[in-house]
Amino acid sequence: MDKILDTNDDLIIAGRSFTSRLLIGTGKYNSFKETRSVIDESQSKIVTVAIRRVNLGQTPDEPSLLEFLPADEFTYLPNTAGCYSSTEAIRTLRLARELLDGHNLVKLEVLGDPETLYPNVVETINAAKILIKDGFDVMVYTSDDPIIAKQLEDIGCCAIMPLASLIGSGMGILNPWNLEIIIDKANVPVIVDAGVGTASDATIAMELGCDGVLMNTAIALADNPILMASAMRKAVESGREAFLAGRMDKKLYSASPSSPIKGLIK
Amino acid sequence: MKVHINGSIKEFKAKKIKPEELIIQLNLKGKRFAIERNGEIISKNSFDEIYINDGDKIEIIGAVGGG
Repeated sequence: MDKILDTNDDLIIAGRSFTSRLLIGTGKYNSFKETRSVIDESQSKIVTVAIRRVNLGQTPDEPSLLEFLPADEFTYLPNTAGCYSSTEAIRTLRLARELLDGHNLVKLEVLGDPETLYPNVVETINAAKILIKDGFDVMVYTSDDPIIAKQLEDIGCCAIMPLASLIGSGMGILNPWNLEIIIDKANVPVIVDAGVGTASDATIAMELGCDGVLMNTAIALADNPILMASAMRKAVESGREAFLAGRMDKKLYSASPSSPIKGLIK
Repeated sequence: MKVHINGSIKEFKAKKIKPEELIIQLNLKGKRFAIERNGEIISKNSFDEIYINDGDKIEIIGAVGGG
């Protein structure tokens, strides 16, 4: 069998091909320069951006996020963070498409509660239906409910993005069993989005068979974000390789030492 | 005329103004943004064709950092 490094293992989403399985959020950084350094270190190719009112008091030469992340180097993933209804989410993504000259790959998230930031799956499904009909390729943030995940796929979402735990919590993967069911049933990429706190969380997600991991806070709020970006890149690659390699079975004990039993010095 | 722009009221001497002119006045020329007038997106192709009128609600959005 070929080594994985010698074979093409790109992440394919809606017919687009990406060399990295780590997707990065661009929020909570101190500067655009820091954002760029982190993304360079992570080697991510997909970066999420939020859509907000422009600052009307700005000076003409004020830099913008998109100038630091040129479209010829990265695929933007405009999100609907902060939207609590399908109406708001659809409006936001139509504006994003206009802003980004027709770019139609988006991250849909409709939240249900400002404290927990738990997704409202009913509003999410409603929005997804309309957006897909309107020509969007929808990567969808959702709960780790396998039935909802399947419904979102059936509607036509191009990637299912269940939470590992709540947004910004850093609690890691709280229900690996549900994620396994979602992965087992899905025919589109499954990308863990939200809740990753440290490198091992990302590795576990990939070992479970996730196609990618999307994170923001775990890197942005690390004491050293650039070092954490490096750790996350390795964690995602490592977990992916372990998944593809196929892990050994777990046993309580094996009575099978790694060194030969024969030829012991007596 | 008075126009609501991103939640604030702005006054203009003119009775109507093209989006193209508004963008120049707001120092946004050359920037990446999208505009909505009363809930409808104004496509970039029509910046010089339509007018913003008294009482219109304008939203001008861009991309910022987010997860």
